[in-house]
Amino acid sequence: MINTNDILETITMIQDENLDVRTITMGISLLDCCDSDMDKTCARVYDKITRYAKDLVRTGEDIEKEYGIPIINKRISVTPIAMILAACERKDSVKLAVTLEKAAQACGVNFIGGFSALVQKGFSPGDRELIESIPEALAVTDHVCSSVNIGSTKAGINMDAVGLMGRIVRQTAERTADQDCIGCAKLVVFCNAPEDNPFMAGAFHGAGEPDCVINVGVSGPGVVRAALAKAGGYCDLTAVADIIKKTAFKITRMGQLVAREASRRLGIPFGIVDLSLAPTPAVGDSVAHILEEMGLECCGAHGTTAALALLNDAVKKGGVMASSHVGGLSGAFIPVTEDAGMIDAARCGCLRLEKLEAMTAVCSVGLDMINIPGDTPAEVISAIIADEAAIGMVNSKTTAVRVIPAIGKGVGEELSFGGLLGGGPVMPLNTWSPAKFIARGGRIPAPMQSLKN
Amino acid sequence: MRAVITVIGKDTVGILAKVSAVCAEHNINVSEVTQSILQDLFVMIMMVDISKSDVPFTRFSEEITALGEKMGLSVHAMHEDIFNSMHRI
Repeated sequence: MINTNDILETITMIQDENLDVRTITMGISLLDCCDSDMDKTCARVYDKITRYAKDLVRTGEDIEKEYGIPIINKRISVTPIAMILAACERKDSVKLAVTLEKAAQACGVNFIGGFSALVQKGFSPGDRELIESIPEALAVTDHVCSSVNIGSTKAGINMDAVGLMGRIVRQTAERTADQDCIGCAKLVVFCNAPEDNPFMAGAFHGAGEPDCVINVGVSGPGVVRAALAKAGGYCDLTAVADIIKKTAFKITRMGQLVAREASRRLGIPFGIVDLSLAPTPAVGDSVAHILEEMGLECCGAHGTTAALALLNDAVKKGGVMASSHVGGLSGAFIPVTEDAGMIDAARCGCLRLEKLEAMTAVCSVGLDMINIPGDTPAEVISAIIADEAAIGMVNSKTTAVRVIPAIGKGVGEELSFGGLLGGGPVMPLNTWSPAKFIARGGRIPAPMQSLKN
Repeated sequence: MRAVITVIGKDTVGILAKVSAVCAEHNINVSEVTQSILQDLFVMIMMVDISKSDVPFTRFSEEITALGEKMGLSVHAMHEDIFNSMHRI
């Protein structure tokens, strides 16, 4: 028989420590839906998504009940829509966004990602049309998520796209100003975007992926924090890393089980498990609280980057052995408005943007879910994107920017999005102008991959 | 196919009887039972064979959770695989 303590440990993790599978994401290729006629393309896109994903939500719920593991979201990711749009003669990308929205509602999923363009080296047909339409598309839909990849280690950074995205982020906030600028919570700007990411808002189904695939993202910051709390305050950091590894292993094994089971029941190949610590605004589900459990008075204090580096690495080491295929973003997430501990740290002024930027150099993703003052000029947003992309480009890792200009609000005021997106204070920015630098445009060349210093 | 039923809460008369009655009702065989007191809480763990059950496992799981709520206990039925995959390499 299975050990009693092991059984109780699992029950406690789920009941008291918010252990869950964050998402089952079905990746669907839409490349065979291209047509020169816009209406035909939309009809094919809708048909394919609803045909492939019709049983996704029900299967997720069945697994949830049978295994007793909460599966918070069921999602769909599709081929970057700019690629589909390229074939159309009269390009109407908002129409495609509305089609995705209808398909998402028909399948009952929580989000659909892939209203995306990959422009790290330049714009191909469809890319610019899609990007220009993002503010409108995100204002008229609820479930559609958008992402744009503007840089990579191999290609460098497309600064024309960076300049454009600064304006697009602002416009998106303005278009949804009456809903706390929620449009920007569904828009992420990437450097080195992964093609198999199950997490929103950045999920899309890359061109190298199979026709259809199941990816799973795990969660569980609460479990890691509880495991560290149990060990007490006096074990050294070697022991801390060890505890995190063991906990991450267990969390990921659960994700692997769910992924395998979903893949078997739906008859769709298993892609990857994303080894992530994804926080939620719920108390006891915070990455910041893990860092504080390690011994920091407050997340954002000096030492935060080192603590996060340890955490991120240990999560990967523990998770890698637990899963047959690992991918996506894989690491600790630090979305400010989605993490109770980060919200508190931002409110009290301990956690600042400069520290967050440093933290992104050692963990998954980047400047995520950060409310910035509503009067921030587009070129400052572009410059934030450029800085973050540079960190990703040079360090061969994924970085991203998802900032929310709080239209009509200033530092200290709050935005609230509800649900998993949470809410939090507007954080202060460095206001010196990078306008001339951004206006230059062009491309930042790809970095050296040797002489590492 | 096997499942694990866990019962956690305050010890009272008839817990085992009531839980096993629901199992019997659905043709679910109890193969092992362990009971203990952990941190003042009554903890019972049952291994059951659900392969001949007359209801889908999800239905049974809902029923047994509802029974727990009625008795003021936290009762869960979960597929054995979750424990095996988390705690065994």
